Amino acid sequence: MECYLDNSATTRCFDSVAQLMTKIMCEEYGNPSSLHNRGVQAESWLRYARDVISGNLKVSPKEIVFTSGGTEADNLALRGCAYANCRKGRHLITTAIEHPAILETAHYLEEQGFEVTYLPVDADGRVRLSDLERAVRPDTILVSIMHTNNEIGSLQPIAEAGELIRRINPETLFHVDAVQGYGKVRILPRRMKIDLLSVSAHKIHGPKGIGFLYVGDRVKIRPVVFGGGQERGLRSGTENVPAIAGMARAVEEVYRNLEADNERLYGLRQLFAEGVAQMEGVRVNGLPGRESAPHVVSVSFEGVRSEVLLHALEEREIYVSAGSACASNHPDTAGSATLRAIGLPSGLLSSTIRFSFSIFTTEEEIRFTLQALQELVPMLRRFTRR
Amino acid sequence: MRGIMFKAFLIKYAEIGVKGKNRDLFEAALAQQIKYALRRCEGEFRIRRTRGRIYIDVLSDYDYDETVENLKTVCGISGICPMVELADEGFDGLCEAAVSYLAEQYPEKNFTFKVNARRARKNYPKTSMEINADVGERILEAFPDVRVDVHRPEVLLSIEIRENIYLYSIEIPGPGGMPVGTNGKAMLLLSGGIDSPVAGYMVAKRGVKIDAVYFHAPPYTSERAKQKVVDLAKLVARYSGPIYLHVINFTKIQLAIYEKCPHDELTIIMRRYMMRIAEDIAKRTECLGLITGESIGQVASQTMQSLAVTNEVCTLPVFRPCIGLDKQEIVEISEKIGTYETSIQPFEDCCTIFVAKHPVTKPALNVIKRHEEALTDCMDGLLREALETDELIVVEA
Repeated sequence: MECYLDNSATTRCFDSVAQLMTKIMCEEYGNPSSLHNRGVQAESWLRYARDVISGNLKVSPKEIVFTSGGTEADNLALRGCAYANCRKGRHLITTAIEHPAILETAHYLEEQGFEVTYLPVDADGRVRLSDLERAVRPDTILVSIMHTNNEIGSLQPIAEAGELIRRINPETLFHVDAVQGYGKVRILPRRMKIDLLSVSAHKIHGPKGIGFLYVGDRVKIRPVVFGGGQERGLRSGTENVPAIAGMARAVEEVYRNLEADNERLYGLRQLFAEGVAQMEGVRVNGLPGRESAPHVVSVSFEGVRSEVLLHALEEREIYVSAGSACASNHPDTAGSATLRAIGLPSGLLSSTIRFSFSIFTTEEEIRFTLQALQELVPMLRRFTRR
Repeated sequence: MRGIMFKAFLIKYAEIGVKGKNRDLFEAALAQQIKYALRRCEGEFRIRRTRGRIYIDVLSDYDYDETVENLKTVCGISGICPMVELADEGFDGLCEAAVSYLAEQYPEKNFTFKVNARRARKNYPKTSMEINADVGERILEAFPDVRVDVHRPEVLLSIEIRENIYLYSIEIPGPGGMPVGTNGKAMLLLSGGIDSPVAGYMVAKRGVKIDAVYFHAPPYTSERAKQKVVDLAKLVARYSGPIYLHVINFTKIQLAIYEKCPHDELTIIMRRYMMRIAEDIAKRTECLGLITGESIGQVASQTMQSLAVTNEVCTLPVFRPCIGLDKQEIVEISEKIGTYETSIQPFEDCCTIFVAKHPVTKPALNVIKRHEEALTDCMDGLLREALETDELIVVEA
């Protein structure tokens, strides 16, 4: 039985999404900028997508900018706002556990003369509002906090942070990287005082290579890609119409029965977390129950190298991540920033596996995986480096 | 531009010339390998062997740089000379062509030179000596800063008079050695590190066809580590021709050694089993020797004592072309043959996974043999099982 438990890395596309995209690629392939009917037809798909997504967020369609994915959305938010607002100040705030798309961009901005404060997190991987309160200054132009951590699933206090930032410095913009959170919970930028929100489609059963940035109408921002002026000049380049439509279809699908799906996912998460917790020498990272995202469980297995366990699970067609898939591109930095930031003992940094579920995950798969872990972990512990 | 200028290549070879009556065999093998390399290039080519020389005629549009890059991988080639071809339209035409060729190639027009004509078509109105002198004179007239130096010229302009006339002065070095296929076949133990691809290349350069064996240890080594080895084999295959890569699952043998033998002897005992398996496959596939990337003293398993203990399990000769090279020298060769970048990708291989902090550096054969006895009961079965996992991958450049 194949158990794909690496849904935080990427998800299987919905059939309906793939079908819609095939139809658009093969039959309705026009360029939205063309003046003829084919162009009008393509443009109507963009309108459909913008309407679906803005409706879901309860924002204006004009505030949605399509990008090539989460990374580009993060880059546009940070670089675009930093340069557009640098006369107001040159200070930015983010957290120690952000995705590399944020952290590397922040490092780049530091090289360009901006100052960045990196907020620490508590042992459960959450930012403390008191730290944030102290960090916001009159010259802070942007705060960027991720919605859901990609490695341990911790949920950040986004609404409270939004409230707090607005109170201390109403000029400060608030960006949220919601790549792991969108599609798992409802996010309402206006109510949560979010000015910018990054989303990627392939984490919610949409296609790869597409995402969007919500840019609230009060936000002053500059493009980072120049060209034909598409997306109100914020993201030039011919729109990826099939992927954009596919993303909108995925949004419709994941939010259709969100509450019921989450109920079921939290049940699976609990079943799994309790199951592994019964094993010896195992530590489940992050908070239990509804204080974490429904789809991520991070587990440290004492005395087992995560990469070996990963490959042993792979032999049984169980697919997981060691740390996070994105962190595995940086083998030099021993262990992930997130795991270090939550104070995981260094011996467990390279013994941590991320299991991430989706609405396709079944209880049978969870039980099968637990069974495999109970067999494999003791076996692997027998053979470790002496 | 060079693609337009050069419509033929003269291929020079190093040692084939001295091989007496085998010479034809060697030249045929070289032509065969050139053909194999040119298959990777865009364009139509014809290979001609005439009077102890190999020529490549370009019959269509082609990519000069790509073609030269690929010819540089053919073992046996010592030099590649791109040639300008012109129709015989009188001696004046030849002189003008020579002058404009030099003006193009050496724009600073300041060099010492010598003309070396070769008249294969004997009815040409001038002798070789006359051509040398007369063309040389015209060159001196055309470039005031140029001088003749018949002993050590900076530019040696060769002129070949055949049906058409060919000019060349550049010789791009090839790998040298002998054409693959003229010296039997050997089995390379390919690990994914820096040394073993270099070792494979060095033996292939001596005309030996290469097969390879890789020891895979899932779940301790990943599918990507295996892919890396396939990628390395593909790079070596540019020089050696197609490689039959045997992938052997080594996990159970490794775990058995880990459980039953002293930990500081794990690597050396493991190496002995790898050699046994490699030799077994080698004998079944008509390989005449084994090749490893070992270099004296580089790691604990490569001390003189360790090499002797490893070697003891084999009856086939074991070739270790890196044996006397320093790491830096091996790295330089791997950079030259283009395997370095791939070799340094960080995937764990099965040699490092359980390695002891302080492995033995001076193993004694009788001690190792005694400790191996702990494996007697299980090893026959495990060896058979490992050989059954043999996955054959045919790797082409």
